[in-house]
Amino acid sequence: MGAESRWSKWRQSEGANGLLMVSPTAIYAILMLAAPLGTIFLYSFLTDGYLEIIRQFTVANYVEAWTNELYRSVMIRSLGVAMTVTFVTVILAFPVAYFVSFHVEASKKSLWLFLITIPFWTSYLIRVFLWKVILGYNGVVNSGLIGLGIIDQPLDFILYNVNSVVITLAHAYAPFAILPIFVALEKIDRSLLEAGQDLGETKFRTFLRVTLPLAMPGVIASVLIVFIPTIGDYVTPQLVGGPEGRMVANLIQLQYLKLDNYPLGSAIAVSAMAIVTLVSLAFIGLNRRYLKGPK
Amino acid sequence: MTDKPTMIAFQDVQKYYGDYHALRGITAEIRAGEFFSLLGPSGCGKTTLLRTIAGFEGISSGAVMIDGRNMAGVPANQRPTNMVFQSYAIFPHLTVAENVGFGLRKAGLSKAEMASRVGDALEMVGLKGFGDREAHALSGGQRQRVALARALILKPKVLLLDEPLSALDKKMREQMQVELIRLQRQVGITFILVTHDQEEALVMSDRIAVMFEGEIAQLADPETLYRRPNSRRVADFIGTMNFLPAQIIGESGDTVEVEAQGFGRLVLNAEQAPGGTSGEGAVVGFRPETLTILFEGQTASDRESMAVIEEVVYYGDMTYYDVKLAGSDAAIRISMRNVFGRPVLEIGDETRVAWSPGALVLFR
Repeated sequence: MGAESRWSKWRQSEGANGLLMVSPTAIYAILMLAAPLGTIFLYSFLTDGYLEIIRQFTVANYVEAWTNELYRSVMIRSLGVAMTVTFVTVILAFPVAYFVSFHVEASKKSLWLFLITIPFWTSYLIRVFLWKVILGYNGVVNSGLIGLGIIDQPLDFILYNVNSVVITLAHAYAPFAILPIFVALEKIDRSLLEAGQDLGETKFRTFLRVTLPLAMPGVIASVLIVFIPTIGDYVTPQLVGGPEGRMVANLIQLQYLKLDNYPLGSAIAVSAMAIVTLVSLAFIGLNRRYLKGPK
Repeated sequence: MTDKPTMIAFQDVQKYYGDYHALRGITAEIRAGEFFSLLGPSGCGKTTLLRTIAGFEGISSGAVMIDGRNMAGVPANQRPTNMVFQSYAIFPHLTVAENVGFGLRKAGLSKAEMASRVGDALEMVGLKGFGDREAHALSGGQRQRVALARALILKPKVLLLDEPLSALDKKMREQMQVELIRLQRQVGITFILVTHDQEEALVMSDRIAVMFEGEIAQLADPETLYRRPNSRRVADFIGTMNFLPAQIIGESGDTVEVEAQGFGRLVLNAEQAPGGTSGEGAVVGFRPETLTILFEGQTASDRESMAVIEEVVYYGDMTYYDVKLAGSDAAIRISMRNVFGRPVLEIGDETRVAWSPGALVLFR
């Protein structure tokens, strides 16, 4: 048994077959995801030499990213915006998911889900622009309210600040929040709800004691699906955020493309990823009693 | 039994789902402390009727009374009934103890009282010490016991059981049948069981309502139902029944004279001629065990006919013989308990068969 025959034996094994089949995707993922991430991670420990990068290990970028007042406040704002967006989106998504799951005829459910995804027919960028039109100084909301005589000065707190970022993101991520909750609600055995009432609880108490805990895996998935991408969103704060609505992605863009400080930009990016990971894990940890049991 | 008060009364209960007429004028009474079964094929309305008691299903007209009170407009959570669901509906996110104690929230018990009542309920169903188990880690039989404990802990006036044994394997089912009977005697409340399994209904019930297509076809105790079914359909549904064509010769007062194939001319009393239709001319029906194959030296106590064995099905404790009686071309089934030392007959054997006119039922 030489190395030759072991090799040919391996090549005919199921494991080799599997590797061969996943390799295109794996290579793509490694090149497009792992490699850039690794590069950024490396950059974050190198020294910035204004127009060039000096290959010298340092943690100064992290010290700067975590101690500089400006960076810290942008990071905290991003967290705050992402949490607000997540809260608003999930709170608004739950009733929609509940309605489709419990009150729409089984044969019409897929039509409803299809309608919910209609916003995706337009590009994300165009939807963000639309909010600019809707919320602007002479926008739909302001001219409408003035026309109705409800206000006489345009509202200026609805565009180019954190509020407009929250509104735009909450709209953009609504379908992502609805679908996981819908799936969790669909999985609930309806006889459990009858059992709740049979055991003396009102419909509302049954909802609190049975439906809601059983829907929690879907709610948790929704929270993560909305929270993780919104904290790093670049387009929305850029277009509707104004100076006070800037978020961490805008800051990273600034470091990379305007200030040409790759190491600091990388350090901020890695820090942001670390924070998202920690917050998400903490959230899952807090809700782990809802996630146990067979799936 | 008859002197017990009425617990549930259906008064001309009608139920429509759109055009579909699910319950067609159900009128019946269920007595307090009775083990009552609703028996019928799937789609006969038995589960719908049960759900009108629980309050999950409204009725189109008529009335459902529980303990003398009209239940119209009373929601499920305010009815003195509890249900064991077909799927058991055990809350998967709660432990066994939390499931059993689910309905006690409003009782305002202290933690210790709650724990002791839950413990008692679990002990009653044979799950002592299972309180801390996760509900989703239970077997089918254990789930059912949890469902029973969860319902009985609230001391309902009526316990509703929706095909509770259908998901269990045969051995488990037989064991649970006995346990349910024991439990019902112990707690003394009215049990209403929905089942499509006639054997289960016969074993467990004080009285049975056989339902077909939204109507009660016959309501009687198990023995009457088995021995004197009031229609060919009920006879067919409960156990095995043989049918042979017959001709009605004449009726006088309480008796009917018939000429039945294989049996000859007979006089049947009123109880044997319930008037139920057969759908295809008159027939006489009889159970397989009411005929006996006579072996050498045995004599019939009543009547005797000759027969030819057509088929032999050996079951260990029993042997089923399909035979043709002399003067009849229809095969009928006779079941015989096997006795040590007695031979099992073979196909083609000629034998004598003992029978009794009293075991026959006439359907016109």
